[in-house]
Amino acid sequence: MAALEEEFTLSTVFLGAGPDGLLGVEQSDKTDQFLVTDSGRTVIHYKVSDQKPLGSWSVKQGHIITCPAVCNFQTGEYIVVHDNKVLRIWNNENVNLDKVFKATLSAEVYRIHSIQGTEPLVQFKGGAVRGLEALLAEPQQKIETVTSDEEVIKWSKFFMAFKYPVLIFITEKHGNYFAYVQMFNSCTLSKYTLLLGQEEKSVIQSFAASMDRKFISLISLSSHGCIYETLIPTHPSDTEKNQKVVRSLLLKAVVSGNPRNGVALTVLDQDHVAVLGPPLPASKECLSIWNIKFQTLQTSKELPQGTSGQLWNYRENLFMLHGKFLTVIPYKCEVSSLAGALGKLKHSQDPGAHAMPHFVNWETSQGCGLGSQNSEQSRRNLRRRKIEVSLQPQMTASKRLLLAIKKDSEKHIEVELRKFLAMKQTPDFHTTTGDIVTGLLGRCKAEPSFYPRNCLMQLIQTHVLSYSLCPGLMEVALEKSDVQMLQLCLQHFPDIPESVTCACLRIFLSIGDDSLQEADINMESVFDYSDSVQDEKMEEQTEILQNGFNPGEDNCNNCDQELNEKPQDATEEITSCPVIPKRAALLNAVLHSAYSETFLLPHLKDIAAQHITLFLQYLYFLYLKCSENATMTLPGIHPPTLNQIMDWICLLLDANFTVVVMIPEAKRLLINLYKFVKSQICVYSELNKIEVSFRELQKLNQEKNNRGLYSIEVLELF
Amino acid sequence: MRLLCPRPPSLEGMGEFKVHRVRFFNYVPSGIRCVAYNNQSNRLAVSRTDGTVEIYNLSANYFQEKFFPGHESRATEALCWAEGQRLFSAGLNGEIIEYDLQALNIKYAVDAFGGPIWSMTASPSGSQLLIGCEDGSVKLFQITPDKIQFERNFDRQKRSAIHKMNVDRRYMGVSKRKCIVWGVAFLSDGTIISVDSAGKVQFWDSVTGTLAKNHLIANADVLSIAVADQEDSFVVGTAEGTVFHFQLVSVTSNSNEKQWVRTKPFQHHTHDVRTVAHSPTALISGGTDTHLVIRPLMERVEVKNYDAALRKITFPHRCLVSCSKKRQLLLFQFAHHLELWRLGSTVATGRNGDTLPLSKNADHLLHLKTKGPENIICSCISPCGSWIAYSTASRFFLYRLNYEHDNISLKRVSKMPAFLRSALQILFSEDSTKLFVASNEGSLHIIQLLEGNFKHLHAFQRLSGTVEAMCLLAVSPDGNWLAASGTSAGVHVYNVKLLKLHCTVPAYNFPVTALAIAPNTNNLVIAHSDQQVFEYSIPDKQYTEWSRTVQKQGFHQLWLQRDTPITHISFHPKRPMHILLHDAYMFCIIDKSLPLPNDKTLLYNPLPPKNESDVVQRRTAHAFKISKIYKPLLFMDLLDEKTLVAVERPLDDIIAQLPPPIKKKKFGT
Repeated sequence: MAALEEEFTLSTVFLGAGPDGLLGVEQSDKTDQFLVTDSGRTVIHYKVSDQKPLGSWSVKQGHIITCPAVCNFQTGEYIVVHDNKVLRIWNNENVNLDKVFKATLSAEVYRIHSIQGTEPLVQFKGGAVRGLEALLAEPQQKIETVTSDEEVIKWSKFFMAFKYPVLIFITEKHGNYFAYVQMFNSCTLSKYTLLLGQEEKSVIQSFAASMDRKFISLISLSSHGCIYETLIPTHPSDTEKNQKVVRSLLLKAVVSGNPRNGVALTVLDQDHVAVLGPPLPASKECLSIWNIKFQTLQTSKELPQGTSGQLWNYRENLFMLHGKFLTVIPYKCEVSSLAGALGKLKHSQDPGAHAMPHFVNWETSQGCGLGSQNSEQSRRNLRRRKIEVSLQPQMTASKRLLLAIKKDSEKHIEVELRKFLAMKQTPDFHTTTGDIVTGLLGRCKAEPSFYPRNCLMQLIQTHVLSYSLCPGLMEVALEKSDVQMLQLCLQHFPDIPESVTCACLRIFLSIGDDSLQEADINMESVFDYSDSVQDEKMEEQTEILQNGFNPGEDNCNNCDQELNEKPQDATEEITSCPVIPKRAALLNAVLHSAYSETFLLPHLKDIAAQHITLFLQYLYFLYLKCSENATMTLPGIHPPTLNQIMDWICLLLDANFTVVVMIPEAKRLLINLYKFVKSQICVYSELNKIEVSFRELQKLNQEKNNRGLYSIEVLELF
Repeated sequence: MRLLCPRPPSLEGMGEFKVHRVRFFNYVPSGIRCVAYNNQSNRLAVSRTDGTVEIYNLSANYFQEKFFPGHESRATEALCWAEGQRLFSAGLNGEIIEYDLQALNIKYAVDAFGGPIWSMTASPSGSQLLIGCEDGSVKLFQITPDKIQFERNFDRQKRSAIHKMNVDRRYMGVSKRKCIVWGVAFLSDGTIISVDSAGKVQFWDSVTGTLAKNHLIANADVLSIAVADQEDSFVVGTAEGTVFHFQLVSVTSNSNEKQWVRTKPFQHHTHDVRTVAHSPTALISGGTDTHLVIRPLMERVEVKNYDAALRKITFPHRCLVSCSKKRQLLLFQFAHHLELWRLGSTVATGRNGDTLPLSKNADHLLHLKTKGPENIICSCISPCGSWIAYSTASRFFLYRLNYEHDNISLKRVSKMPAFLRSALQILFSEDSTKLFVASNEGSLHIIQLLEGNFKHLHAFQRLSGTVEAMCLLAVSPDGNWLAASGTSAGVHVYNVKLLKLHCTVPAYNFPVTALAIAPNTNNLVIAHSDQQVFEYSIPDKQYTEWSRTVQKQGFHQLWLQRDTPITHISFHPKRPMHILLHDAYMFCIIDKSLPLPNDKTLLYNPLPPKNESDVVQRRTAHAFKISKIYKPLLFMDLLDEKTLVAVERPLDDIIAQLPPPIKKKKFGT
């Protein structure tokens, strides 16, 4: 859930904001302090928590500031440009801007970018950039022009991507938009043409960008009020050609088109964007937070006095010009969950209104008639928006992905897959996902070297796949002995055939310990048994007795003799896990999987005898661990249950009894199991005896409670 | 000691009662042997091990509207409906019996001459009866309009497929007995379903005589089977008290291939489920534990209202207890004897809920055994306590009681008139001078009682056009009015002074469950099986204003949702505005002077009131004053202004007298 907090006005001082609003709000080197540059001559240094200015500087009459003041985080000095070419640097002690350091540059400056951890960057209107130090060393150096004629920089952003600074800027020429990405680690400049898709005519009003692992996610707000996302790779494969990037629709009609003062957009976190603008053509301007993941409106605030269509976002504070005053609205964004995203909708509903039952209607979801029957206007609008937004781009995304699967590199497939997964939850999502997996597997078969492990893992984790939707997947994983993938499949697929479960089991038991160590296996079902063993040894013995099993109990005389010869071994066998934790995790996945006895038994016969013994030892060990506590459960997050353990012991013995009987190593295990069963029978017969006694006690108790056959009582009716 | 706290007079409205809480009525219902469901009339016939046959109207809130008394030699083994709504039974005495559902007696009995009859079924057309006899013969009877006629005998032949099938013993079983097939069903597609003593439900192919499928469902016998008319579902009952529902379901969705699947187990019985029936919407089961269980199938019930709830019927829907107010006597009716008890007394007083110390305990005065094998139909003790009357299916008995200090002498009044052979209901007038008898011929007799003698005063003959026997009677305390009701037609009110029919209360859709005439006002209060209560003014020949108001506003939802009928209505001699009534699970005083509750008000608050203002508030809140302390309640009446008698029959006491159920191990397998 995201929420806007109470707004406050930063200063009652009237700002000399022109019709275009402020030049900029920039962070200072101290948290909570900001530099505000108005479109005239003044730079004001504010402390937000105090809601008051700490300092103010103006350029001389006749000069005009052309670029917002920034703070050089490395020196703590402030930098501003006035009259396009004159650069000024000062600090808090300086009072008069005319007397501070001045450098006149040879080209007009577009912006100075300054962020934590790197030196400020000066960007010229021709698109070229220079580091501040290098520029000051030779202020009059020649500045080349990167952009073509009539290409105007519309927006730029400088940020760190994997410790390296990246500059992205957008230019416009005759209604065409271009994105330039300058990487400072490799000194490469890539140019991309932004393809607008069907919305050719629209004018982009506002941009925002964020880093999403290997991509720059460029969010743009177009003049007709839709938000688009464009993914620009940070490691371009080909720098030579003019590449094209497509934008995909994220949200539709969040603001009305062509407002008076323009609209603005800023990214709050990976799931939330803030949008400034009127939601309807005639309405007042609003600041709204949208969840782009679930495409829901999270909160909104009306700004009746109008804004300049500018929005800045620093450290959970949104800055904007409300009326004539600089206003700060703090916000909070929590990790978005579907419940949280829908929460807002629930609140907006009338308390008396009849709630729609939330169930999937398979009839309608297959066709396109996914219309909401709810009469509530707002909700219907939202729903419609959602469908329009999500259905179409997904078609293309999945198609693109399917195309990519046929020929492109693994990396590119991953990129397309991420795009596809970014807009999930359509009715046919699971079938599309199935098609994608089938496509991937088809290529795997054709090209033995091709194994898009990451893609497949991601797809499995969407929870929509099942064995029957992609029958080849587990075969491929079995072929490659990819235990991690197999574990994931066992955990996520509800319908694995018994033969495949058994094949998994075979691999899990036979794979070498060293190759297991390398695999990244989900260990949540395994509890580290080793640490608790020593301390609880004494206790353990007594507690095992409580649950009816005492391995030391000498009631099986002749077969015990052998056991008694090696008492050391016996305890050792009980207390240490016979398999390494990673193998245990894999075996647990098998224990958790669903099966039908009849179909599983024939396949269990195919497992090698020593593996059967190992698995039995492990199961026996788990059983002993279970019986250590009164609830008969294993510690850990998702441990196998006692029933699963017992069922598998029975199954293994049923399937392989003649084999196991012949193996000398399994003899002691069998003796233990035999004694265990015997003791269980003893316990149950005792329980049955106790039951009779209890029933007699209950009878006695009933007689005591019995009020007798006759009494006279007082009744008062009220 | 009770603290005396002055109360405003208005609060004394309900007042306190001393309640004689009687649990010594040692009534044990007979186990259920057969059930037969009639789809046409939505009625259920139930036969019990003592030969009693009961008819339940499933459309009228499962009311037991008719019953035929049992007979010692007539153990019913089979029950079926045929030719529309004609009911037949057959039993171990080798006779086939047809019941007259209007006159409530046995129409005729035909000996099949094949020894005890173990099974009987009607042909699908309903025109023939097929019985299976002890000697192994199967006999076919043609049903004629007024009787049945023997048609042919099927010899014991080894030709039919069913004889060739071998039902193998359960291979793991411990029992070495022969496996007995307890029931079979023959489906129109040729499948035969058998249930047997080895706990199996088996599906056979009747053409090839081969076993198609086998379900082992119980460790004990599977005793009964019933198939739905559509043959898409059937029900079986086991000796462990479990009922299993089997359904014919598609193997996969959209496929036409169907198979029988065991879908739902129900455990509503503790003992053998001797019989099951399958109505279109419910599974019906009964057995040794005497409960009749009606379990609606939720997927077949269209309206999910209270009718869709599980019904468990244990007690008869008629009064088995009568009471002499003057001598504080209770007469209990059993199948073959009557018991007379004198209530004890106390001098103590107490607060609500207190149990008072007894100064004198209750006495068992008399144990009157019937002669002959027939069950008692009805019985009554006169208000003065000097007369006891009861009737079996063929004889009417009247006794005169003399009390000399603690000694009681009993003298049978002999020479009863020939027309008084059998009564469906007996009632004494308030002053014990008159006896009213509803005979099963449909006539009502008025008999004048003199010291040790009697005189037949009048007989109201069956009204022309009605064929129905009267089974409920009520007389006004002044002795002027007699109300009588059958099961479906309206209530007739007779003027006893003028000896003529006064009026008929319009017939209502649901059968009458209880009747009573209020003192002074002579208002007739009628309770129906749909839980409606009407008040009808006999002098004015119209419903009273209060009754109209009630009908206009409607009863509280929870009142209408009660699942046992009101079996007794009485009045308070000093409080004309009060009506006292009870069903098996609650006792209620309706105060007509108070507003009626609507669905939003709390009908019954089990919590004791917190303080004096709460008491006032509750007393004046609404007309229904309900107590659920006494249950299951078989009888409740007012002995005097301040004293009530409540006869309870706790289920545990009944269970204690049943044979022990099959023991199931809780631990281990």
